[in-house]
Amino acid sequence: MLRMEVVTKTYDGRSRTVMGLRSVTLDIPKGDFLCVVGPSGCGKSTLLLILGGMLSPTEGQVLLDGQSLYALSSDKRASLRGKKIGFLFQTFNLVPYLSALENVQIPLVLAGLSDRSQKERALTLLQQVGLGDRLDHKPSELSVGQQQRVALARMLANSPEIVLADEPTGNLDPDTSEQIVELLEEINHEGRTVVMVTHDPRFAVRAKRTLRLRTGSVVSEEHKSPAPSKRCCSH
Amino acid sequence: MHLRTIVWRELFERKNQLATSFLAILVGIAAIVSIKNVTFYSEKAVAKELDALGANILILPKSASLQDYYSADLQDEEFPEEYVARLSSSDMQGLDNLSPKLSVPAEIEGRRFTLTGILPKSEFQAKAAWQGAGIFSRPQGCGVVATPTGNVPPAQETLVRRRVIDTLGSTDALVGADVAAVLSLKEGQTIKLLGKPFNIIALLPQTGTIDDSRIFVHLHALQELTGKGAVLSAIEIVGCCSQISKGLVQKINRLLPDAKVVTVTQVVDTQIRTNRTMSRLSLIFVAIIVLVGGASIANYMYANVFERRREIGTLMALGAGTSFILRMFLLKALLLGLAGGLGGYALGTVLAVTLGPRLAGIPVLPMWSLAVWGTGLSLAIALVASYFPARRAAHLDPSAVLQEV
Repeated sequence: MLRMEVVTKTYDGRSRTVMGLRSVTLDIPKGDFLCVVGPSGCGKSTLLLILGGMLSPTEGQVLLDGQSLYALSSDKRASLRGKKIGFLFQTFNLVPYLSALENVQIPLVLAGLSDRSQKERALTLLQQVGLGDRLDHKPSELSVGQQQRVALARMLANSPEIVLADEPTGNLDPDTSEQIVELLEEINHEGRTVVMVTHDPRFAVRAKRTLRLRTGSVVSEEHKSPAPSKRCCSH
Repeated sequence: MHLRTIVWRELFERKNQLATSFLAILVGIAAIVSIKNVTFYSEKAVAKELDALGANILILPKSASLQDYYSADLQDEEFPEEYVARLSSSDMQGLDNLSPKLSVPAEIEGRRFTLTGILPKSEFQAKAAWQGAGIFSRPQGCGVVATPTGNVPPAQETLVRRRVIDTLGSTDALVGADVAAVLSLKEGQTIKLLGKPFNIIALLPQTGTIDDSRIFVHLHALQELTGKGAVLSAIEIVGCCSQISKGLVQKINRLLPDAKVVTVTQVVDTQIRTNRTMSRLSLIFVAIIVLVGGASIANYMYANVFERRREIGTLMALGAGTSFILRMFLLKALLLGLAGGLGGYALGTVLAVTLGPRLAGIPVLPMWSLAVWGTGLSLAIALVASYFPARRAAHLDPSAVLQEV
């Protein structure tokens, strides 16, 4: 269970303070598939980074299984991320000088697994995403769709409970985007929590819930199920 | 995969920047290693040359005046022979050879010469009181030219070069070149000195000094003939140059307060000046390499951290803590320092061995100790210069770098 309690995030600019998030309270139960939508600069990525323990809020707190994330030191948060949270980026963020296999091995290196276990696990994951024949290819030798699938395999390496995807289809063609969203749905069906930031309304409707942000505030929350949509959440 | 795999792969990702930094440290270490290598063998060569010059410290009566180093023992005053025992039994380092002398004027066939009594080395060794704690129990390291076994130099050469002779009988005499020429003396002849016949065992080669006008006999024989008793005019000492520079003369002064101790200051000063110049040059190079090499590596590392900030942010998002990031950059610095140090040692040694004989005119051999020294210095520079960039990387804000477009 991931919970945001009255979280506000401000950025101090040169001449003025920019509001990133404004008093957002949000509960994300285990196994949820939440889509965050809204125009550019509305705070979607800020929300995702705060949920992932990467950006401390100016006010409020974030609880992961009852534990306040930002009460922990940055190293302990990093360790917690390595165990429980997986990130998927729009720009994939693969390490350019490592092969596909080695990129997937990174979270396993950080977790302290043996070389053999790392290779076995990374190989299985790359085969699952259909890249069993691209193990030794560097990112520059892969298509963008293949790169995002390597990133997906890397994200799954430590079997995270929570997946945070920041516009994972933003740089992909429609077919590859569809494949990635299908993979995310599959991950969600396995019981993992997925929070996805997207601009694409086609994918937003595939989530169990959709959260709409504007200038840092939650303006609406829609449920895919028959439950009626409601305006809520900003305090 | 390990942390070192990541570091190794990245090392060759930006080859040009790496090459610049590597070259800076390589050339710097090579320069220091070659200077130190040549300096070491140059000092050794100078020390050998000084040793070949002969005695470089003189002990004279307190009131003696020093006009000429070689005739300094021709004074009216004397001092007790017991001074030799004091020096021999002292624990002073750097006394390679002692040569006690008594010099008196002598007239032969109407011509004036100098009769000098010397003590052969065998007499030192025979005296039990001078063994054990004395100079002959110590290794004679500094500046002493090793004499190959089985190739003992003739007595006259030993006397001229080392101011010491191994054996000399009570009726033996060694004759200087000028004396031999003037009096037409030959080896095996008998000569009457102060009324006593002496057997000429060798004629000394020309030295260009007052020694050419001397006749050398056994010290104790001369003391008996002159009736002066156990006294000396001078003690010549072959002192170790490095010890002289460390205050050997002052130590002798303290041991023999009633004597005058003088040294071939010009020669020693030259040695000290050369050593100082070389060590200053070496220090200047160390300072330059620390500054230039350190700045180059620090600059490279800062640029590397800046270029890799997104990668660092991603690693942090995947669970990397500050220690992982810090180790990632410091391991890279360690590899750079190790390669620069070993490469610099190899290049510096090749330069020293090939150019040393041409520039300094001395043979230069590789010194393994410089490999440790050079690599240690290189590692220290690389690690210190990389510490702050690595620290900056470890404390990057992952959210800021991941939000950059």
